[in-house]
Amino acid sequence: MPSSIEEICLKYKKGSREALLPVLQEIQDNIGYLSEEAIVYVGSHLNLPSSKVYGIATFYDHFRFVPRGRFHISVCGGTTCHIEGSMTLLREIDKLLKIHDGQVTRDGVFSLQVVNCMGACSKAPVICINGEFHTVISPDDLALLFNDIRKNQG
Amino acid sequence: MMFFDIEVNGKTIKARNGETILSALERNAISVPTLCHIRGLQPSGACRMCVVEVEGRQGLIPACSHPVEEWMKIRTHSPRVIKARKTNIELLLSNHPDDCLYCESNGNCELQKFAEDLYVRERRFYGKKNKYKTDPSSAAIFRDPAKCILCGRCIRVCEEVQDITALEFIGRGNEMQVGPAFNKGMNLSSCINCGQCIMVCPTGALTEKKHPAELQEMLHNPAINTIIQCSPTLSVTLAEEFGLRPGKDIEGVMYAVLRKIGFDHVFDTSFAADLYIAELTNELLNRISSGGKLPMFSSCCPAWIKYAEQFRPGLLGNISVCKSPQQMMGSVISNHFTQLKKIQPENIYSVSAMPCIAKKFEAQREQMTHKGITDVDMVLTTRELARLIRLNGIDVQQVESEMADQPYRTRSASGKMLAVSGGLTEAVIRALHFRITGKDLPLKRIPELRSSKAVKEFSIKIGDFKLGFAVINGMGNAPELLNEIESGRNDLHFIEVMACPGGCVGGGGQPAGKNAGSVRNRIKAIYEIDDKEPVKTPYKNPSLNALYETFLIEPGSDESVNLLQTNYQKREVLL
Repeated sequence: MPSSIEEICLKYKKGSREALLPVLQEIQDNIGYLSEEAIVYVGSHLNLPSSKVYGIATFYDHFRFVPRGRFHISVCGGTTCHIEGSMTLLREIDKLLKIHDGQVTRDGVFSLQVVNCMGACSKAPVICINGEFHTVISPDDLALLFNDIRKNQG
Repeated sequence: MMFFDIEVNGKTIKARNGETILSALERNAISVPTLCHIRGLQPSGACRMCVVEVEGRQGLIPACSHPVEEWMKIRTHSPRVIKARKTNIELLLSNHPDDCLYCESNGNCELQKFAEDLYVRERRFYGKKNKYKTDPSSAAIFRDPAKCILCGRCIRVCEEVQDITALEFIGRGNEMQVGPAFNKGMNLSSCINCGQCIMVCPTGALTEKKHPAELQEMLHNPAINTIIQCSPTLSVTLAEEFGLRPGKDIEGVMYAVLRKIGFDHVFDTSFAADLYIAELTNELLNRISSGGKLPMFSSCCPAWIKYAEQFRPGLLGNISVCKSPQQMMGSVISNHFTQLKKIQPENIYSVSAMPCIAKKFEAQREQMTHKGITDVDMVLTTRELARLIRLNGIDVQQVESEMADQPYRTRSASGKMLAVSGGLTEAVIRALHFRITGKDLPLKRIPELRSSKAVKEFSIKIGDFKLGFAVINGMGNAPELLNEIESGRNDLHFIEVMACPGGCVGGGGQPAGKNAGSVRNRIKAIYEIDDKEPVKTPYKNPSLNALYETFLIEPGSDESVNLLQTNYQKREVLL
C-alpha cells in the first residue's frame, strides 16, 4: 500500500483535474487527514491552485484537515438521534474531553466528528468509536466508556 | 447576426440571437440590478437580483444567465419581481454586520444602494451574525469576511481575468466564506495585490489597507517635511471622484489642492517615469549589445514582479533591475532633494498617490530602502487621495492651477504614457530610436501598441537593430507568452507587463465601480496629452538632464546603480 503523498499522487496523471477527489480520498484513507502539505502537493501535481483544492475539499464533510485521534468518535447527527438526544451527548463529550466537532484532544487519544445518519435509527442515539457501534447510549454511559478506552490503551 | 423582436415592459426591443436577457436589456438601456454579474465573464446566476418575469413561465427567471428567446414577453419591474428582489436583499442583510456608518464602503456599496432603491426600511429576518475575523495581514488588501455576501465576483476576477486564484469559496452552506488557501492570511497567499477584486466587490468586504491617522499626524508635524508624488495616471482620473467628466486632466489643480492640504513639496511621478525610461532603455541597450539575458521584461508593475517571483522564478533574471518610477522618485527625493535642500532624510515623510494597490506592497519591500530609510513611506490610492481632499474641505472646482515643484518640474510625453498599457513600450521605442540614431522617432503613434488587445506585438528596425516588442495587457494574458519565452522563443527584445487590464488607468486603486467607459476616457486623455506635448523623449526633459548633470552623471552610472536599481527573489507562497 502506498504510504507517502508523493506515491499516491504518482498513480494519477499529472495535470488531470478530474483525479482531484480520488487523490484526496486516497490520501485521507492512508494518512488519516488532509495536511496542508498534502493539499499543496496535490495542487502542484494536478496543476490546480492550492486555494482551489482547499476550497473543494472543505465543501465535503468527508475530508478532515486535522489528524484523527487514536480513537475517533463519530456521533450520529441524523433526525432520530437528534430527537433521542445526540446534542446532549455532544455536550457531555465537550464536558468530558473538551472537544467539539472536528477537534482532537490534546493528548491525541480522542477525536470527534458529527456525521449524518448512520442508518441505525431504531437504536438511536448512536455513536461509533473506531468502527465499533454503541447504541441507545446515554450521556451517563460516556464517562465509563472513555475511561475503559483509556485504561485498555494503557 | 440575427436580430428579433421581444417585448419588454410593453415595448418592443431588438434582441440578438444567442445573447442573454440581461445583455439585451442593457443594450436597450433598461437597467436591472445585479450583484454577482461581471460584464464580459460567464454568468454565474448566484445572487438572483436580476430576476425578471417572463409571460408563460411559472417562476422568475435570472436575466443574467438565461438566453433570450423570440417569443418572450418580459416584465423587469413588476410587483412580483420587485418583491422577490426586495426579499433577496432582506435575506442578504439578515446576517450582515449592519454597520454602514462605520463601513469603508459607506456610500459606495452596491448592497446599500439596492437596499435603498428597494426601500428596505426594517430588518425583517433576524439571522445569526457571523463572527469572522478581519484579515489585516496583507500590506495592500484588507479583508472583512463578515461583510461578504458570497457573490463570488472577487473569486472570478482573480481566476478568470487575472489567472491567480488566490481566493476561493471555503466550506459549504451557511458556513461558506471567501478566503485564500487554508483560510490563512492574504500575505501568505499567491495574491499579487493587483486589487481587481476590490474593484468588483459590491460591499466593504475587500478594501485597500490604509493608515489615515499616521498621514494626518505627519502632515501637521512641523518637524517633518511631507512630500507627495502623483502618478501619471492620477491627473486624468481624480476628476471623476469630484463629479467631473471622466478623463478630464486636472494636473495643475491637483498640485494646488495638495499644497492646500499641507504637503510641503509636490512632485509629479511622470518625471521619475522619464528617469525610469532613460535607465530602462540604457539597460536594454546594454543587454542587446553585450549579449545579456533577453527578452527584458519591464519592472514598473509591482503586481507583475510578485507574480514572477512566485510563479516564474526562472524569468527573474530577465526582469529589468530598475526600480519602478514610484521608488525611483522616492529614492531621488530622499537622496538628491534632501541634499539640495539640506534636510535630513529621516525628517522626510514621502507619500505617493497611485492608481494602484500593489504599490503599497512595493513600498514596504525590504529592497526598497537605502541606508535604513524607506524610499516611499506611504502610498495612497486615487480613492484615498480624493477622500483626503474632501476631508480638508477643498472645492476642487474653485482652485487655480499650479505647477509641480522644482527641481523635478518638467516631464516628456513619454513619462505620461506609462499610465496606459502599451505606453511604456512606445516610450521605450522612442527612447531607443533617440539613443541609437540621435533623432526623434518619425512615427507619431504606434497604433499596434494602442489597441485594447490582450497581447500586443510590434517589431521595428532602428539603425542596424531589428527589435521585437510585446505588451501583456492584464495578468491573465501572461501565461501563454511567458510559456513561449520559457520554451525558447527569441525574436522579442522587450516585453511590457501590466497586471491590470488597460494598464494603470484600470488599476485597483482607481475610483470604485469599474466602468469600461471611464477607463477608455482616461486612456484617451493620456494619448491627447501625448499628442499635445512637443517633448517626446526623456532625453529632452530639462529637469531630467539637470539631474543627470549634477547628480547621477549618466544612465547606468555607479550612483544610478546604487540608488535606482533593485533585485528580486524567488518567493515562497501558497501557490
